[in-house]
Amino acid sequence: MSSDFPWLTALIVLPLVGAAVLWLLPAGARRHTRTVALAFTLAEVALGAGALLAFDTGDAGAQQLAETHQWIPSLGVSYAVGVDGVGLALLLMSVVLVPLVVLAAWREQGSTGAPSDRLRHFLALALVLEAFIVAVFSARDVFFFYVLFEAMLIPVYFMIGAFGGAQRRYAAIKFLIYSLTGGLIMLVAVIALYLQGPGGKQGFLTDNLTALTIDPTLEKWLFAGFFLAFAIKAPMFPVHTWLPDAAQNATPGTSVLLVGVLDKVGTFGMLTLCLPLFPAASRWAAPFVIVLAIVSIIYGALLAIGQKDLMRLIAYTSVSHFGFIVLGIFAFTSTSVAGSSFYMVNHGLSTGALFLIAGFLVARRGSQDIADFGGLQRVVPVMAGTFLVAGLSALSLPGLSTFVSEFLVLVGTFARHPAAAIVASLGVVLAAVYVLWTYQRIFTGPVRDGLETMPDLRTRERWAVGPLIAAMLVLGFVPGPALDLVRPPASVTLEQVGVTDVPASAAEGSTP
Amino acid sequence: MSTFTAPHVDWAHLSPVLIVLGAAAIGVLLEAFVPARLRRTVQLSFSLAALAGALIAVAALWSGVKSSGGVHVLGTALVVDGPTLVLQGTIALLAIVALLVVADRTSTGEDAFAPSAASVPGSDYEEAARRLGLQQTEVYPLLLFATGGMLIFPATADLLTLFVALEVLSLPLYLLTGMARRRRLLSQEAAMKYFLLGAFASALMLFGIALVYGYSGSLSYATIASTTANPTGTDSLLLVGAVMLLVGLLFKIGAVPFHAWTPDVYQGAPTPITGFMAACTKVAAFGALLRVVYTVIPGLKWDLDVVMWTVTILTMVVGTVIAMVQTDMKRLLAYSSVAHAGFILTGVVALTPGGVSAVLFYLLVYGAATIGAFGVVWLVRERDADGVVVGEATHLSQWAGLGRRHPWLAGSFALFLLSFAGIPLTAGFVGKFGVFSAAVDGGAWPLALLGVLASAGAAFFYVRIVVLMFFSDAPTEPAAGEPLEPSTQADVVLEGGATPAVATLVAERAPALTTTVVGTEGWATVSIGFCVLVTVLLGVFPTPVLDAIAHMSTFLP
Repeated sequence: MSSDFPWLTALIVLPLVGAAVLWLLPAGARRHTRTVALAFTLAEVALGAGALLAFDTGDAGAQQLAETHQWIPSLGVSYAVGVDGVGLALLLMSVVLVPLVVLAAWREQGSTGAPSDRLRHFLALALVLEAFIVAVFSARDVFFFYVLFEAMLIPVYFMIGAFGGAQRRYAAIKFLIYSLTGGLIMLVAVIALYLQGPGGKQGFLTDNLTALTIDPTLEKWLFAGFFLAFAIKAPMFPVHTWLPDAAQNATPGTSVLLVGVLDKVGTFGMLTLCLPLFPAASRWAAPFVIVLAIVSIIYGALLAIGQKDLMRLIAYTSVSHFGFIVLGIFAFTSTSVAGSSFYMVNHGLSTGALFLIAGFLVARRGSQDIADFGGLQRVVPVMAGTFLVAGLSALSLPGLSTFVSEFLVLVGTFARHPAAAIVASLGVVLAAVYVLWTYQRIFTGPVRDGLETMPDLRTRERWAVGPLIAAMLVLGFVPGPALDLVRPPASVTLEQVGVTDVPASAAEGSTP
Repeated sequence: MSTFTAPHVDWAHLSPVLIVLGAAAIGVLLEAFVPARLRRTVQLSFSLAALAGALIAVAALWSGVKSSGGVHVLGTALVVDGPTLVLQGTIALLAIVALLVVADRTSTGEDAFAPSAASVPGSDYEEAARRLGLQQTEVYPLLLFATGGMLIFPATADLLTLFVALEVLSLPLYLLTGMARRRRLLSQEAAMKYFLLGAFASALMLFGIALVYGYSGSLSYATIASTTANPTGTDSLLLVGAVMLLVGLLFKIGAVPFHAWTPDVYQGAPTPITGFMAACTKVAAFGALLRVVYTVIPGLKWDLDVVMWTVTILTMVVGTVIAMVQTDMKRLLAYSSVAHAGFILTGVVALTPGGVSAVLFYLLVYGAATIGAFGVVWLVRERDADGVVVGEATHLSQWAGLGRRHPWLAGSFALFLLSFAGIPLTAGFVGKFGVFSAAVDGGAWPLALLGVLASAGAAFFYVRIVVLMFFSDAPTEPAAGEPLEPSTQADVVLEGGATPAVATLVAERAPALTTTVVGTEGWATVSIGFCVLVTVLLGVFPTPVLDAIAHMSTFLP
């Protein structure tokens, strides 16, 4: 393949083709539903690997693999894609998660034997969602980004509402209304931003909208419009309440994509749109955002400790973790921003693993209530082990990739806001409480009645979780290559925001 | 003593209007001379040909008007400029699509209209007409007359023609509203309400015209505009007149507080007519409103902004909020159309050049989705215990689980709803984006902000229907003669807990009716398919249409 092969477009189109194939599968071939879905997602991973090879890691701060075509010139809209190191890392994390989700959904939706039609629709929706996710992480046109940001809601809405648990419709509507409200307010800001820009046939290109001179008051309003949408998506305190309901009622696979990938669009948007487009307003808002982030960290952790439902618990841990990510982004040091970018990837892996294993547990027990479990360590040792590793990654144990990123965030933040970093570290302590206490309640103690015969992880399930555990360990011990991807974009971002970096000398070479 | 000089008539530029009105007049004669069994076929093909002819005439005039900017016809009575042609093309196209639904018959040969609209509901005469299989083919000429009026309405260049066009388009609609085959009393009541309120609005408008004439001494738009460019001193006469003139137009587009007729009329009218009325009337009325606001009274912008902003805000908010609590599909779509009138008004109020093209585009996509949606409503029917298909199943609860049994039809309906909600990659989004951009550009950003908030609220009730169709586990369609137990039906809806209002109403309904999709001759399906195509294509690749409209959006003063 030549060097100007349209990698990103191929990455966007392939899952859409896969979804179309699944939907149009003739009745005779429907027993191959899972294989077809898996093949497409694996091909997507291979394509992602190709894109990584084509990407010049030495220049990770620049937008690469870029393509720009006119889409709606009369509105100034282009189809413009391209990734820097952060976008590529998130894109790769997403495409790796999707085949694991397919594996995890193997016997869901009434497909204990032959795959059901419901499973086919579910997998097709997951593929559509994958296409949107890839596109949103690579969009370089604000309008295009907005279109994907909103269009993504529809497949997720159906994945929660049609395939989830008891309160699925309530959860799906709550999710949609929250996201739509944020998105539509962002729309007004998008329009107003465009009118500040140069206009013309490429008026929505992110490059054409950065470094504008905007009236300070207006800039603050525009920042607020964008930030609100991203804060809902991320989700941050106090607009996080849709997430626990969604996670509780969605299937584990949906939750992996929703929390592990989709919510990253919120923090990714703050990093790649809010900061470069509205530098002055970002500096102005940083203290408020940091306070909100710290509240999210502590509040999410405390609520996680208090949860009785396993899925809600994981959802609240994510609220806490997103607090860390936002904290790192708005601390404006190269270390903290790079740490946050890396955190986004690691959180996807870690939360993905937690949701998948929790899903296997729930499927076996038929209940999400933590009190219904107990003493499983002896019954299902492999499951207990993988859950423990995934849990430890959530509390950032050294040796796991999450430790690296959380450490970078805290060290980087400390350099500028020592108090904030110290309060945020409390979140790490609380994380130890909710992870270890949950492990204790589920896996230690006497075996609960009726759980003696619970089967351990099957081969398929090991394949679903194994890659995530492996990735966390590899990135934990050898974070260098990944950090090379996210460091240069962090410097570029700081330059755009216009703050001088505060060196965090301790962070350099801190990797264990 | 002055002598009468006949004005020069530019027949070519009048051709879209003349073709349709001429065909309507001939249609009346056909009614008298063509044998009964051939009448429907002849009328239908003749009407389709006339509307297609109007569309072709618009296309033929297109490039000439594009280069010249437009001409005045019949003295200063009519003006054929860019917006006129875009609106006339839109109306003709939407009328064709709507006519397909109007013409469709179920597999048992029933159309949407009473066999004999003049018969008293429930009388022996009605029963006899039904048994004889009579058909009210006058529908076609009536529809053509209404369309003719709509074609004139946005092209008017003086206030008297405006009034005449309003009456020409309204009177056939009053009649058509009262001709429903089912629920005839409701239909006749709706027609009566529509007529009375419509007459009231016409009277207000006529009075407004008189006052404006009193102030400016002319009926012609151009003269009024120049007299009102710098209103000084005693302008209360003018202001009151202008407001009353606007009221007449706002009544037609269904803006709050002049919307009271909308739900009743939309519900009572035969569903295909509702689709026609909701789409085409709105296009014509917004066209006229645009012209009046942009070319007649721009000098009064500062004075009238208060009125227009208030009406716009009220329309968006009231339409959205009341639609949320509706339990009848047609009433829900009626309030949704009120909310959409508000969204379109934000583009009108903007008073920027971009506003005109944004509104024109919005009208096209809104019209297509509306006709499609009412087409689907027309196909979804109730079936009684004997398996006989009766009227439309308009109660929301009856739509539960439709997506499971009829995925394509429910999918199309969901697409129209998503387009109404303005979800990206549907045409509705591009339309909303256009009007809100125009509003922000014109300094009306509070309206745009309220508009998006109202859109989020509106998304709630659109999505509730999608939930109902796809996520509610309605039992499989029982065979004829196996009525659904009321308790089962209520459980289905109650399970999600999201729609308590629906659930309470389910219990009150007769248990013997089940929901089905009626088999038809297929015209409505063609129409729905076309609307789906428009909604998707204009959502993903709107450029050609946007460009075409952008070059045709300058009003000739």
